[in-house]
Parts: sequence; structure tokens; C-alpha cells
Amino acid sequence: MAKFRKKRGGGQQAINTASLPDIVFMLLFFFMVSTTMKEVALKIQLKQPEATELTKLEKKTLVTYIYVGVPQRQYQSTFGTEPRLQLNDQFATVDDIRSYIVQERESMRESDRAKMTVSIKADFDTPMGIITDVKQALREAQALKISYSARKVNQVPM
Amino acid sequence: MGKRDIQEVNAGSMADIAFLLLIFFLVTTTMDTDSGLSRMLPPPVPDTEETPPPIKERNVFEVLINAQNKLLVEKKPMDLSQLREAAKEFIENPMDDPSLPEKEEIEVPYFGVVPVSKGVISLQNDRGTQYQMYLSVQNELAAAYNELRDELAMRKFGKKFSELEDDKQEAIRDIYPQRISEAEPKNIGGK
Repeated sequence: MAKFRKKRGGGQQAINTASLPDIVFMLLFFFMVSTTMKEVALKIQLKQPEATELTKLEKKTLVTYIYVGVPQRQYQSTFGTEPRLQLNDQFATVDDIRSYIVQERESMRESDRAKMTVSIKADFDTPMGIITDVKQALREAQALKISYSARKVNQVPM
Repeated sequence: MGKRDIQEVNAGSMADIAFLLLIFFLVTTTMDTDSGLSRMLPPPVPDTEETPPPIKERNVFEVLINAQNKLLVEKKPMDLSQLREAAKEFIENPMDDPSLPEKEEIEVPYFGVVPVSKGVISLQNDRGTQYQMYLSVQNELAAAYNELRDELAMRKFGKKFSELEDDKQEAIRDIYPQRISEAEPKNIGGK
């Protein structure tokens, strides 16, 4: 007379998780492809300035970076607290820019050399003096395409 | 006999391994592409070259920034928030004001013969100017040009400048060429 029979089994059905690794691997490959490791370890304090009218630097291989800012705390005993340049992984002076540009240009493909862009990544509080010196050095080195690296904001601080 | 079941490899921990790798790449990834204000530097000037012919006063929009980050635009102090409008008025010169730049008739595809301003923006900064201030001024000037180009693109093609085809962009660029010249820096404010 058991009209309403109890369902057999009782426990919940286990979800098939066999495809979970596939999903995770898919995500993994996406990040592996899109990832770019940080090229250099920053030795200066860098808080980028803000701007609205920015253009993206598309090809990473065409871009050379010059960092400008006050040395980080652990380097301040040796390099002082005045803004300094960083090229690749070391501190440098304005005179080093020329050989650095030449060296970077050499490592590019011949067809790309005319499109070389120098991205100046400077701290927002740097006085213009050192940046002007950098610009003059770049002019001397015939690296005329430059980009002032900045963070995109909707409203520039007035 | 002989027909034994092949032992299945336990794939349960596969997900764990994949997750571990995934988290590693998630942490180390930096997706941001570098962006910035693009500028062309003038080529180095040889010492022997004679000085270029002077530009008429009305064709120059003079912007000075001092070491205290204060602006002097056309010999008058100005706030950064007004710079964009002032620059737009200078470039466009809608009323043909004799104190604002002259215009030159040139032939441009899609537009025919149009008057193009001969104005040049001259930017000069002190060695003590803060980088953020300098970049904000550059940004405002770039914004002035971009807004004018956008307005023209809207009027003529009904689209934003950035959405136009390359040759149309080129035509608009011919009408509003970005002429920002930077003088050699001075050192007045000390530092």
C-alpha cells in the first residue's frame, strides 16, 4: 500500500567533474599566452603621472624604456635621493643614454629600426631638468619618437 | 585469464596541478600595455645653421610653466583648467581676429580648399617644473587638438575622429596639424 514510496538511494548525485581539468587548462593556456613577465626590476620609485589623451604603444618589441625617479630606499645610501636614470637593470647617467640607444637599436630587426619608440617612464614628482637632459640626449642619439608614459584617468588633476 | 582490466590512472589530482599553475600565472601576469603621450622630438640642430626666420607674433601661442608650476599663457597668468579652451580658440580663430593666427588656403581631399591656421603652440618650461604639471599641459594641448578634430569629423562625416578610415583621418590631420614646439629650457627657478 505504499503509494508514496521513498526514493531509493537517498544521497545526492555526484556531479561529474571529469571536464574540470579541461576548463582549468583552457584558462591556464590563456594566461600563459597573454602573460608578459616583468622585464626589469625597478630600482627607482615610480608613481606614474596621470593624463587623459593617451595612445597605446602597440608593439612591445619596438619600445625601449627609460626610467627616471628617486632611488628606492635600499639604494639611497649609495645613490642619494636625487632623481636618477635607470636603463635596463642599473642606474645610469645621461651620458649613458647614447650607447644604450645604439645598443638597443642594434638588437632590433633592420626594418623595425625606424619605428623605434622610446618610452620615458618618469615619476610624477620629477623636476623637468633631468627629463630635458634625457630628451636632449635622445635627440643627439636620433631616437626622435618618444612617448611620455602615463596612467589613464578620466579627469586630470587640476 | 589474460584479459585483465587495465588499471585507470587516477586523474583526480590533475585539476589541482592545473589550478596551481593557473594561480601562478594569474599572479605574475601583467595585462596592461604601456600607454602614453606620443611626441616627436626635433632632430638635433647643427651649430652652423642660421637661425630660422622669425614667426609672426600673432601666429605663436606662448605657454610658459615656471618652477612653481604656474602657467603664463600669452603673457597672462592662467589656470590649467582654462588652457584647453584658450588653445582651441587660438587654433580655430573662428572670427578671423587679427590678433589670432593667420590662415592659409590649402587643398585637402574630401574638403576641397579650406583655410588652415598657421598657428604654432610654443611650450617652454623651467628645469624645476614638476613632471606631472608638464604632462598635464601637454595633455590639455593634445586634448584641444583632439576635440577640434572630433568636432570636424562629427560635422563632416558624422563619426568620431578615431572611428574614421585612415585617409579621412589624414585629411582632418591636414586641417588641424598638431604644431607644438618646445623651446630650449631655461633655469630661472633655481633647484
